[in-house]
Amino acid sequence: MLNTKSTPTQARNKLISQKVTSLPPSGIRKFFDLLSSLEDVISLGIGEPDFVTPWHIREAGTYSLEKGYTMYTSNSGMLELRQELASYLELRYGVNYHPEYEILITVGTSEGLDLALRAIINPGDEVIIPDPCYVAYPADIILAGGVPILVPTNEENKFVVRATDIEARITKQTKAILIGYPANPTGAVISRKEADAIAGLAKKYDLLVISDELYARLVYGAEHICFPSLHGMKERTILIRGFSKSHAMTGWRLGYVAADRRFIQALTKIHQYTMLSAPTMAQVAAIEALRNGESEVEKMVQEYNRRRRLMVKRLNEIGLSCFEPRGAFYAFPSIKATGMNSEEFAEKLLLEEKVAVVPGTAFGPCGEGFVRCCYATSLSNIEEALKKMDRFVRKSRLNTV
Amino acid sequence: MKEIFEILEQNGRATPEQISTMVDKPVREVEKIIKQAEKDGTILKYKTIINWPKLGEEDIWALIEVRVTPQRDVGFDAIAERIYQFPEVYSAYLVSGTYDLAILVKGKNMQEISSFVTEKLAPLERVQSTVTHFLLKRYKEDGDIFHLPKEINRRLPITL
Repeated sequence: MLNTKSTPTQARNKLISQKVTSLPPSGIRKFFDLLSSLEDVISLGIGEPDFVTPWHIREAGTYSLEKGYTMYTSNSGMLELRQELASYLELRYGVNYHPEYEILITVGTSEGLDLALRAIINPGDEVIIPDPCYVAYPADIILAGGVPILVPTNEENKFVVRATDIEARITKQTKAILIGYPANPTGAVISRKEADAIAGLAKKYDLLVISDELYARLVYGAEHICFPSLHGMKERTILIRGFSKSHAMTGWRLGYVAADRRFIQALTKIHQYTMLSAPTMAQVAAIEALRNGESEVEKMVQEYNRRRRLMVKRLNEIGLSCFEPRGAFYAFPSIKATGMNSEEFAEKLLLEEKVAVVPGTAFGPCGEGFVRCCYATSLSNIEEALKKMDRFVRKSRLNTV
Repeated sequence: MKEIFEILEQNGRATPEQISTMVDKPVREVEKIIKQAEKDGTILKYKTIINWPKLGEEDIWALIEVRVTPQRDVGFDAIAERIYQFPEVYSAYLVSGTYDLAILVKGKNMQEISSFVTEKLAPLERVQSTVTHFLLKRYKEDGDIFHLPKEINRRLPITL
């Protein structure tokens, strides 16, 4: 029976789970509203490819609808797709997954991450994450009943989390290390040596590694380290990947998890009750993407690389020092020279020059002093935006003198 | 090296400085490669694609199939040259199949094209026959799609 005497606010709070109420709101809500009220903004704040999904992949999706593939697939996803993925992972990284028991098709990597955390966390378990990191990491850990433990990273170590810093934070409650390289928001990639050191810790303390490798295909002059391919790590890694960034398929919502059978079984249990299966059309399209999409991926990577070089060079030229990001499609320049904090910088830049960047603090406290600039936008947009940023930085210097 | 030309093919106005950043090569080297390419005919010329209908200028285009008699020693080249020298001929190709030359002709109106065909092309000694197809609509040319609305913004202004 509803308590009719309580005030509407109280009633509302009572009706919402405490966990959700206590979850901090997205750090850029205010910024987003401000942005939406302006016109003709050049946005370097969009975390998705500006390319439309290659036509042959869209065509395959459309054709699946024409043929009437409008029903559920098996919970795990189409076997044909899982088989393609198994051979793709083996060919590319030399890591073997059984298509029937060790791969699960998910609704984007977002679902994969959520499933992985919910499948392993007992209340109070700690999960170690780098700071700054993708915004969903801490939130998903909290929602799964865990405690996010942030490990600071900085420009000096190129925003790669160091094994010694992780080790200092390992407790009896530590369950897993969640990392994502190439990284959003920094564009950092992890080297084999750094990854090996983390793998060593996982083995030493019997921890799991959840490796979010959504940006794996977007690396520039660097080797992508597929975490489960490291010695002895397949058994203790949950690998999360997807098609969104590599094949410009964000809106299709398709990802996958590859892991040892016991983990996939656990994840599938949650998936079957909450999601049933990933969109069928997207799965058919993904098969086409794997079979015939390689040249398109390479074309996009080449284009991103050109833009990356241009953006990083220009950022350094205008006095926003930026380490060389070798992955994803983000540059993470320091704005400390302007004397502003990240939010101030982003807001003023938006109002004065109509260029949108994301304050680094949206991704964790260690993002302070930095902003995320995405180069998944046309060369002319990048040039124009940087001209405006140059003017803005020079003006702000005059003001601080 | 190939990448420099790919960039220029997409944007003829890309400066050596911009290109040098994009391909991570010294400006001087890029300049040298471009100069050399301009000299040796790798770069034929720089031009601009104009959407003429936007200015109310509607040229008439026709794709003409031409069957010709090849000539001893020079094959199709001599007759092809006689044809492509006409300024009305915009593009000319030797093709396999049921006819020999495919040419694209541009004119101010239908009259201009038909007089080109009847008075200049068809009477040529080695031309056996012609079939003229007037173009009704241009969808895509040289990789560029024409009637595409400019830059629809499909993405949210900010996503994390």
